[in-house]
Amino acid sequence: MKKLLCATLLAAAPLCAQTYVIKNATVMTVSKGTFKGSIVVKDGKIAEVGEKVMEPADAKVIDAANQYVIPGIIDCHSHIAVDGGVNEGSVSVSSMVDIKDVLNPEDIAIYRALAGGVTTANILHGSANAIGGKTLPIKLRWGKDAEGLIFEGATPGIKFALGENPKRAGNPTGMAINGQAQQGRYPATRMGVEDVIREAFNNAKAYKAEWDAYDAKKTGIPPRKDLQMEALKEVLEGRRYVHAHCYRADEILMLLRIADDYGFKIRTLQHVLEGYKVAKEIVAHGAGASTFSDWWSYKAEAFDAIPYNAAIMQKKGVLVSLNSDDAELMRHLNTEAGKAVKYGGVSENDALAMVTLNPAKQLGIDNRVGSIEVGKDADLVIYDKFPLSDYAKVQKVLIDGTVYFDRDNEVSGRGMKQAEKQKLIDKEKQNQQRTPPGAPTRRVGQ
Amino acid sequence: MRLLGIVLGCGIALSAETIVIRNVDVYPVNGAEMKGVSVVLADGKIAEIGAKIVPAKGARIIEGKGLRVYPGMIDSGTELGLSEISGIRETVDTGELGEFMPQLRALSAVNPESEHFGVVRVNGITSVMTFPSSGGGGGGGGRFGGGERQIISGQAALIHTDGWTWEDMAIDRSAAVHLIFPTLGGRGGRGGGAPDAILEMIPGATGATGFAAAKRTYDQQVAKITEFFDQARQYQKERAAKAPGFKPELKMEAMMPVLEGKVPLAVSASRASVIHDAIAFAEKQRIKIVILQPHDIAKVGAELKAKNIPVILGRTLALPDQEDDPYDSASTRPAEAYKVGVKFAFGTFDNEFVRNLPYQAATAVAFGLPYEEALKAVTINAAGIWGHASDIGSVEKGKVADVMVTTGDPLEISTQVKYVFIKGKEIPLVNKQTRLYDKYMSRQ
Repeated sequence: MKKLLCATLLAAAPLCAQTYVIKNATVMTVSKGTFKGSIVVKDGKIAEVGEKVMEPADAKVIDAANQYVIPGIIDCHSHIAVDGGVNEGSVSVSSMVDIKDVLNPEDIAIYRALAGGVTTANILHGSANAIGGKTLPIKLRWGKDAEGLIFEGATPGIKFALGENPKRAGNPTGMAINGQAQQGRYPATRMGVEDVIREAFNNAKAYKAEWDAYDAKKTGIPPRKDLQMEALKEVLEGRRYVHAHCYRADEILMLLRIADDYGFKIRTLQHVLEGYKVAKEIVAHGAGASTFSDWWSYKAEAFDAIPYNAAIMQKKGVLVSLNSDDAELMRHLNTEAGKAVKYGGVSENDALAMVTLNPAKQLGIDNRVGSIEVGKDADLVIYDKFPLSDYAKVQKVLIDGTVYFDRDNEVSGRGMKQAEKQKLIDKEKQNQQRTPPGAPTRRVGQ
Repeated sequence: MRLLGIVLGCGIALSAETIVIRNVDVYPVNGAEMKGVSVVLADGKIAEIGAKIVPAKGARIIEGKGLRVYPGMIDSGTELGLSEISGIRETVDTGELGEFMPQLRALSAVNPESEHFGVVRVNGITSVMTFPSSGGGGGGGGRFGGGERQIISGQAALIHTDGWTWEDMAIDRSAAVHLIFPTLGGRGGRGGGAPDAILEMIPGATGATGFAAAKRTYDQQVAKITEFFDQARQYQKERAAKAPGFKPELKMEAMMPVLEGKVPLAVSASRASVIHDAIAFAEKQRIKIVILQPHDIAKVGAELKAKNIPVILGRTLALPDQEDDPYDSASTRPAEAYKVGVKFAFGTFDNEFVRNLPYQAATAVAFGLPYEEALKAVTINAAGIWGHASDIGSVEKGKVADVMVTTGDPLEISTQVKYVFIKGKEIPLVNKQTRLYDKYMSRQ
């Protein structure tokens, strides 16, 4: 009974979270050095960190001898846990749509990412439009409902996209159903992409002015709410972060200048594969950069991509993170960080920061996550080997002090799951044998 | 007279200088490591390995203290030289039209100046299998096993990642003929997919037409392959008999080495049932096969082992085929293959990631594969599967001088490659990417 009660409470709030002591570990705090020691986890938070800690009497001990603990990995660019398509591609400015409305907590990619040490991910709209949909960070609390995933209190974002992707709809290659050449959707060039964004902010500025005038007096008839403009007004007010998909140096610079002209900030440049060419300008604007480690050559705008991008930008003063944009790559961002050491000689700690503290800063959630510090959320990953090595495997993942992934349990539970699956298959086979021919069958996906 | 033969045979190699790497630790891969020895590279070959070597006059000396010598790595599945920017069709020469095209040769479409070669060389990859496969027209082709129309896509070549021309790069002009085995439900040769027993129960799982129809289409496709081989056998007979009116046909000629067992058929097949069918087919035809990117090792491993069929394992960092498959199913595959005794090597199967070949092997180690086996799978075992264990794949006296000199374990990400030699020629460790790095690091 007591156990049941605890389980019920657990679902509601992390109050019931177990107190843990992770002992004998190599603790890589990212913000405060690396040492052999322990971490006390209490009420979902990091209560104590040090070479020696006070062990609470009720604490469950996790012996991490010869193992490494790092802060939960943060992926600044992901499309997992989204129900259906991520692109509302019918318009060039789709700032009225919101990823929050289509979160799918049952996406298996969440669990797989957890198994790769990811605890927080920035879930973005696609890149089909110059100005895309609204975005938000989530925590990978596998088993919770959609609202339970949302990173409480995090500043929401909006996706922008430059270059080949947003102009693709302007250059249709196929035929429409009636055999006529398909109608292109503006824009079809990088020039057009700039125009779409300027036009949108031109309108948003006017919209904001109307509302500011009304809000100052609060008399008369309020202006009409425009959901498309609302999101951009929030950008102008600094209440919504711009995460801009971009590749080439020219378009990066173009966007920075639009932002300068209209008085807002680009929070992060995403992919930013040629960021190394305009690192100086990125630093001057104050944008963060979230890039791939070594992806290149998959399209024309990725042909000047170099694995030294992260290192160059970091050395020139840009706040750099490494992201995945991919449900698979997401599972080994630790070794993506390792590549920043290999290509360009970033220090191990700085490289680790590129998948923990730096993305936390870029998402404005570094007060809660991104490093192992007292008072921060107990989002922790335990590896069996040095985490930047490709020989390392995730052993345990905690979010808010709760163990969400445990490799031992995962592996030992496989036999049981397989047996359960076989039982279901057998049952379904029996059902199908009993169903008379011609009878309606259940359709998958309806 | 004999000297003349050597001179003619060696071509470019003769111009390479004699190089002595001394005080270096040698990891030959197929033998015990040797600490603090010298390695002599001369005339494109590994001329000597030993502790007491007096460098020849004029030889270039490289101090190897603290460094290690390994054989250059071999990627057993790429499209290098054939595909530059995978998203732009004009730069992609994989995926020809036509169902049965064994006469096509990947080798002669290899662009030696492709930027990809420079990128992979600096990470110690000295030779690759390059495949003619897949895509089948339409922009953005060039992906492996995705072609709906292609069945035999042509001849794959084993090439060095450096050379003046494709002739110069060739190690084996026709190392395999590539067959993309049909897949139930038309999913292409790539995906693993659900077992037939499951597909059969899910309405719509094999396409709109249902399981029975999908199975019929599959059987028809398989029958087509048999028919093509029957034709080739008939041709072989007529050819041998010098039958009246016999006319050479390029398509059929290309099949002769396969029928004679001189060149293996490299078969893209992922799912257990398809691999099983491919094995049965090979047995019936009495041909040598190599399976590319098998997924269901657990189910077909014993059969592969029993028939002594080698496999080229794809990426170890890949998503599971099924929602309820273990999250690490791609990572544990090499260990499974090893446990049942299946011969294997690694292929990246995507040009963009060829340089990550060693990390693919390392992941397999993290998930249970013995380290030595991982290293062999990117060196000597790859050479063996493609019939070149006697000339490449290990650091041994007399072998082609394809070696890399590293700061440590080459499978570990943090390790730096300090020198690369291909056919005894030192490869400058620069490429498009290092040039851009230098240029923009110096921007003030």
